[in-house]
Amino acid sequence: MSDRVGVAKTYKLYIGGAFPRSESGRTYQVTDSKGAFLANAAHASRKDVRDAVVAARKAFPGWSGATAYNRGQVLYRVAEMLEGRRDQFAAEVAAAEGIPARKAQSIVDESVDRWVWYAGWTDKIATVLGAANPVSGPYFSFTVPEPTGVVGVLAPQESSLLGLVSVLAPVLATGCSAVVVTSAERPLPAITLSEVLATSDVPGGVVNVLTGRASELGPWLASHGDVNAIDPTGAGPLGRVEVAREAADTVKRVLTVPDDDPDWAATPDIGRLRHYLEAKTVWHPMGV
Amino acid sequence: MSMWEYAPAPESRDVANLKPAYRPFIGGEFAEGGGEPRKTVNPATEEVLAEVSTASRADVDTAVKAARKAYDRTWRKLPGSERAKYLFRIARLIQERARELAVLESLDNGKPIKESRDSDVPTAAAHFFYHAGWADKLDHAGLGPSPKPLGVAGQIIPWNFPLLMLAWKVAPALATGNTVVLKPAETTPLTALVFAEICQQAGLPPGVVNILPGAGDIGAELVNHPDVDKIAFTGSTEVGKQIQRAVAGTRKRLTLELGGKAANIVFDDAAIDQAVEGIVNGIFFNQGHVCCAGSRLLVQESVADELLAKLRARISTLRVGDPLDKNTDVGAVNSAEQLARITELADSGDVEGARRWTSPCPVPDRGFFFAPTVFSGVEQSMRIAREEIFGPVLSVLTFRTPDEAVAKANNTPYGLSAGIWTEKGSRILWTANKLRAGVVWANTFNRFDPAAPFGGYQESGFGREGGRTGLEAYLHV
Repeated sequence: MSDRVGVAKTYKLYIGGAFPRSESGRTYQVTDSKGAFLANAAHASRKDVRDAVVAARKAFPGWSGATAYNRGQVLYRVAEMLEGRRDQFAAEVAAAEGIPARKAQSIVDESVDRWVWYAGWTDKIATVLGAANPVSGPYFSFTVPEPTGVVGVLAPQESSLLGLVSVLAPVLATGCSAVVVTSAERPLPAITLSEVLATSDVPGGVVNVLTGRASELGPWLASHGDVNAIDPTGAGPLGRVEVAREAADTVKRVLTVPDDDPDWAATPDIGRLRHYLEAKTVWHPMGV
Repeated sequence: MSMWEYAPAPESRDVANLKPAYRPFIGGEFAEGGGEPRKTVNPATEEVLAEVSTASRADVDTAVKAARKAYDRTWRKLPGSERAKYLFRIARLIQERARELAVLESLDNGKPIKESRDSDVPTAAAHFFYHAGWADKLDHAGLGPSPKPLGVAGQIIPWNFPLLMLAWKVAPALATGNTVVLKPAETTPLTALVFAEICQQAGLPPGVVNILPGAGDIGAELVNHPDVDKIAFTGSTEVGKQIQRAVAGTRKRLTLELGGKAANIVFDDAAIDQAVEGIVNGIFFNQGHVCCAGSRLLVQESVADELLAKLRARISTLRVGDPLDKNTDVGAVNSAEQLARITELADSGDVEGARRWTSPCPVPDRGFFFAPTVFSGVEQSMRIAREEIFGPVLSVLTFRTPDEAVAKANNTPYGLSAGIWTEKGSRILWTANKLRAGVVWANTFNRFDPAAPFGGYQESGFGREGGRTGLEAYLHV
């Protein structure tokens, strides 16, 4: 047995590419599934939500304006970095979710694979969802999908990594930027994912990660005028009603999610990608 | 211009087969509605056209039950290829009765006959033709392996394109296997009720389409009915927000087509005369009662004076008057309330310091009319630049650089449509890419086609109508 004292880590928020504490100064205790102390996580406030939205809005033009090929490369890079930290993620997922190491390892593998799956969509989704419209008359009319903007994501409460990746990666693949509220009880894999994002090639502000309570932060995110869409997954069946109501004042896109968490391990369809894309139809006359 | 006055050439209103009374259509039958009867007036003359029996809250429940029964017993079980035949029949019947529908639409709505005849009615028929073909091909729409209908669709449409908006809503709903309860606008119910006759003529199973004339309370009842699976609404942003709030937390699916404040951007290299025609079409089509109307003209500063002079000259030639006259360019405003709203907003332009120019055209002394009006010297902060006027009022702003044009165009919570006028193809695509709007017209304006998805960003609503994208709104995918 070594006498060495481990270096304990202070977990913080991830906003605009930096790791600040919550402006509120609040923290809350994170424990493992058996109740043992793991860390004090930053307890994000309404002001942190606003800061994160500002950062996400600022990052949106660059990220949405990047080529789809470039976005695919960047997302694949995230998968590479995730892969490199497999063991750390497996340990954190095992602690957070109270599952055996082997099971946690396979969840991490699925998360990496999920990220790769979405990385491959960036330069294909426009082909699949776009259209040349055969209109009557001498016009060239086409429809292209484009990212809707800043997406507020209330990450699943149970699935600390695979669930998070499953809701975040499609937002990025479409070219949107994200403000994520993590699982309240199981936030540590999300914070480590922030470190992965910070050291990959995802520009600062494209993803902002807030540890805190979806029930507290969700309605603010949903009512914010500079947020274009919201994924209410982590709000739970009751919280979702409030989130959906708050979203109405700005006619925000609200993702339809099932009452119970889906099987995150199943291969997704393109529903989430489609939800964050706007169809833009362009008309031009043809003639000589 | 006294040397070439046009002789009046009004369409015969006899063609409209106007009846003294119209009734709701529920479960395949016309029945007396339990609501307060309403008189629908001709906005061009203020004369009463017909008495319309309106739906009560109980009628909403009866209609939803009829739609549910039709959905469960017949419509959902029908193969797509058979559903398609009904839609094809409807399309043909609309064409057969096109003249009647066009005249009736102009009588009830006030829009010029040349627009109802050449635009509204043919496009309505086209929507049924287009969607008929989808009914048996949904597996190939790229929305998933076997998309399923949602059930009963509650649909609420506005008064600006009564028959066309009905077609936009009913055609995709039926093609995808849903049944429908539709509420037309309170001031323009007549063509929807003639459409109900067409459903009978087509032999459509009872209950597949139900039509309930009524006001906003009937719309709200429909929105809140627990057995409705989907709400599709076209109308004001304010009401759209109320509906979104009302369905929050329910399993109901929702699509909204709301207001707009479209920018029509004219660059200095645009073909000016062509642009003038497009601007006129963009804002004066249908008296400006168009959610995607090009109501904010953004002109590059170097050509602003020249363009404005030509624009005023062209607008001076627009004929305002009898909607049934084939020569009429601008018809009647739909209602006294709408005329009051347009007048109030236009007056705010004066108060806030914009320069008003009004076409010197003669305006009828009866009916609800508003002469085409252009405000120049408009600032972005003014109400006439921010709020939807929904009338023949154009606000003109200027810009110097393409970036400034885009910034000004996007400076709105709306995002329905936009126009771009330039001879340079690369500039068109650059600008179209930057604009946050669901439809962008380059060197044209106000083009619609069932094959081309239509819908908005942000406070202009969500969901698309038309094309493959539009089918998604009516399917579990």
